[in-house]
Amino acid sequence: MTDQSLTDHPRTAPSPAAPSPAAPSSAGPSPAGPPVAGPGGAGAEERHEEFFAAVSDMDEHRAVDVVHRALDDGLAPESVLLEVIAPAQARVGAEWAAGRFTVAREHAATAISDRAVGALACHPAARTEPRRGRATVTCVDGEWHAFPARLLAETLKLRGWRVDFLGAHVPTPHLIAHLHATGPEVVALSCSLPVRLPTAHATITACQAAGVPVLVGGAGFGADGRYADLLGADAWAATATEAADRLERHGPLRLTPHVPGDPLAPLPHLEDQEYTLVSKARADLVGATVAGLGERFPALRDYSPRQLEYTREDIGHVADFLVAALYTGDPQLFTDFLGWTVRILGARGVPAHSLALGLELMAQQLRDFPRALALLGAGRAVVAAAGTDAEGAA
Amino acid sequence: MRETGRRPGAASALIVTSPHRIPEPPPGQAAGRHVPGAAVGASVLRALVEDGPALVVCDTEGGVVFRNSAAETLVPRLRDARRLASPGVPQWLSEAHARGAATAEGPAGDREVTATRSPLPDGLTAWRLADVTEERTACRRLADERGRTRFLALASARLLASLNRSKCLQTTAELAAGQLADAAVVVAPAGRRRMTLTGAVAGDAPREKSLPAAADVEEVPGLAEALAGFPPVPSRWVDPALAPQWLLPPGFGELGSLVVTPLPGNGVPAGALVLLRRAGSPAFTEDEEVFARVFAARAGAAISAAVLYADKNDTTEILQRDLLPPPLAPVEGLDLEGAYRPARAVERIGGDFYDVHPCTFGEGEEGTFVVLGDVCGKGPGAAVLTGRIRNTLTALRQVESRHDRLLRLLNDTLLRRQGADARFATMVLADATPLGHGRVGLRLTSAGHPAPLILRGDGRVEEAETRGTLIGVVPSVTSTTWETVLEPGETCLLFSDGVTEARGGASGNEMFGTQRLSGALAECARMPVRAVVERVEMLTAQWLGGNEHDDIALLAVGAPRGSHLTAVDGTGRGRYTG
Repeated sequence: MTDQSLTDHPRTAPSPAAPSPAAPSSAGPSPAGPPVAGPGGAGAEERHEEFFAAVSDMDEHRAVDVVHRALDDGLAPESVLLEVIAPAQARVGAEWAAGRFTVAREHAATAISDRAVGALACHPAARTEPRRGRATVTCVDGEWHAFPARLLAETLKLRGWRVDFLGAHVPTPHLIAHLHATGPEVVALSCSLPVRLPTAHATITACQAAGVPVLVGGAGFGADGRYADLLGADAWAATATEAADRLERHGPLRLTPHVPGDPLAPLPHLEDQEYTLVSKARADLVGATVAGLGERFPALRDYSPRQLEYTREDIGHVADFLVAALYTGDPQLFTDFLGWTVRILGARGVPAHSLALGLELMAQQLRDFPRALALLGAGRAVVAAAGTDAEGAA
Repeated sequence: MRETGRRPGAASALIVTSPHRIPEPPPGQAAGRHVPGAAVGASVLRALVEDGPALVVCDTEGGVVFRNSAAETLVPRLRDARRLASPGVPQWLSEAHARGAATAEGPAGDREVTATRSPLPDGLTAWRLADVTEERTACRRLADERGRTRFLALASARLLASLNRSKCLQTTAELAAGQLADAAVVVAPAGRRRMTLTGAVAGDAPREKSLPAAADVEEVPGLAEALAGFPPVPSRWVDPALAPQWLLPPGFGELGSLVVTPLPGNGVPAGALVLLRRAGSPAFTEDEEVFARVFAARAGAAISAAVLYADKNDTTEILQRDLLPPPLAPVEGLDLEGAYRPARAVERIGGDFYDVHPCTFGEGEEGTFVVLGDVCGKGPGAAVLTGRIRNTLTALRQVESRHDRLLRLLNDTLLRRQGADARFATMVLADATPLGHGRVGLRLTSAGHPAPLILRGDGRVEEAETRGTLIGVVPSVTSTTWETVLEPGETCLLFSDGVTEARGGASGNEMFGTQRLSGALAECARMPVRAVVERVEMLTAQWLGGNEHDDIALLAVGAPRGSHLTAVDGTGRGRYTG
């Protein structure tokens, strides 16, 4: 398909969960989200440009310098965080989506933004006495997009919370041990990719079982947070500001102390076992689909081993989103991802018919799974429509 | 409709001839003998009414025209009452009669009574009275019991949820304040001579504070005994006037009554529960006190489990501290970044390790000594040996800077100390010396460990040409050391075989392999070391896709990129902050 894995997702790219071509900035890293107009005003905007230039050049020292100067000049630390650093990071993601940044460059930019956030936290202007409760900010296990969570952690610190930031890819047992040891008032859980929703569900349930309410955020929960409710989160916030406001307004979220109930209740469709069976058969499904592509798509035979591996990864991500859609029972999760993938392919000049073919091959293997077949059917319709649009535009 | 008066010939079951008594039977009808075929006589009716349920017959004006002996027993004052609205006759009954209600209920003396109206001819009304005291009490008891069972189930679920001491104390206070009293305070020991007071007013969030320095638990009668935990002491009533101000949650108001109940823990006294009711609220009943003790037993068990967990956790934290990879302090002229992921998700320590020390090489040359290694096995057993190796190397490094000799000394030490739990280890030693102008000199030695990879500025990836014997198996070990120079922006990656031997990929069982690692590195040219390490870590985890893995350790040594460093002279003293 391409000479790079499409779905080797960048660290903060606009996630496939929030594909919104009309408003690329809104597809930025939630819960940080789009910049909020604040007292920083034009100053913040200029500095944002400067900062973006620095991270684009992978120049850590210049990036840190921009942050220090902004703080020295009296710009509020929260504005620097959410109006200078966050939007720049969202742009990095957009650059990647448009095919102008490699994943590695995007990755480097994120690492530098992260350092810049660290520099901000050490600046005297950002020093805040903890005057509120304790909060734990963490990412779902398997989640590498730690940056949005980091922004939230720093925002909460600036608002006077005692924050424990556990970072990316936190195994749930570590998180729960941490909750027992520190007893925070709330866990803020970030999930950027909907494929992690089953894991997120397990984490939310575990935190609540440990007596701590969970506020969730991140593009993985849907642009409108619809999966937050489905998975029983106590609250959802679209942006870091919203999350901080939510915690401030309502004080500690009072968890309705629920005696553990039937975990299947919100997801009655799981009874058909399709999620379990398809996720278990993932490796076979991907292998057979790639083999089928080789037969039907002659160009694949000339691919280098590296290119073949990328193709396998891409098909693997399609399978992951299919599995996540089976878990949530929401076809839009799958169709949104495919729509996004078609656009990404388009940005790299790759036609979408190999994707359509991949979906067809998957459907052939999942004949006994009515829900999976319905999802694949809806997916093919989306890809076909997008293909027609592209031709029309050409 | 006739309002008053009686029709003398009315065929009624009740022949009322006097306002007080059913008439005596006429002489022809001897008492006790029923004439077959005859209508039921007055004596039978009289017996039926007199022995039947309590009955009062009134006229429309509320005048009492008849009452039977059961009614007199239930409401003694009815005997002489000419009107329902008389002193000693329940007011609610005369009111119900006056407003024409079909039923009514209320107290009569110490009994609970229901009244049901039956209309009678001649404008009379019969009120049937029933004593429902026992029934109502039983129903109330059942409801109470159900409520308490529900509460205890909820309390247990909430108390069991957390192993955090503060949370358990807060939950206890909150639950007790909501169910047992207007407010509750949990007094609990918190380490040496310290006490915490966790107070909650019903409906509010609980708050924790320390016992004021000037305060003494002896000021509250019975509190010290309750805190001792054993022998069990009964909950104790305290004169509200004796309660010190520090005990009351802020904004509680005037204290009416107060009970101190011990929180018996599992061998560890968990504290004491103080229940508070405001002036005007009913005082605690014996029943409520018993229930409070039942609740306190559960809460106490949960709290002492949390305390025990916290103690163990503190101990583990302290013991682990030296076994965890050290935080990497910034070093001038050198970029360092590490990552560590133990095999078992529940543990934070494992058999992989890395360590970084500033040191001098040979003739006053200053730099940084780096080691990354892997002890055979995983979990705490392996971690203990990593600690031993790190300590030994740190000490040996003070007296020996040549890698081959250092490894030999380490090997001797380990062979001598190892007993039954013989484990071997592999490692890479690295000396990094800033050379000025952003360049870094590297000396690398492998002891049975995968050779480090060097990422050059143009994206080429080189494997360090060093090899050597693993440590802790054979008495004599050999190794070769390889030297190179990192230009600004170049990176050397030390890694453990947890990376290259990660099994996953499309088939789920393919090894990540050195080639794939090199390929991934090649894409990271000129990236900051932090991004390089994160990217390799992420790709490995994605490759694993949730599969089990060995311990994973990564450490990147980079020559800083950027003009500011070229100004730093590479040989002066005092450049090292780490």
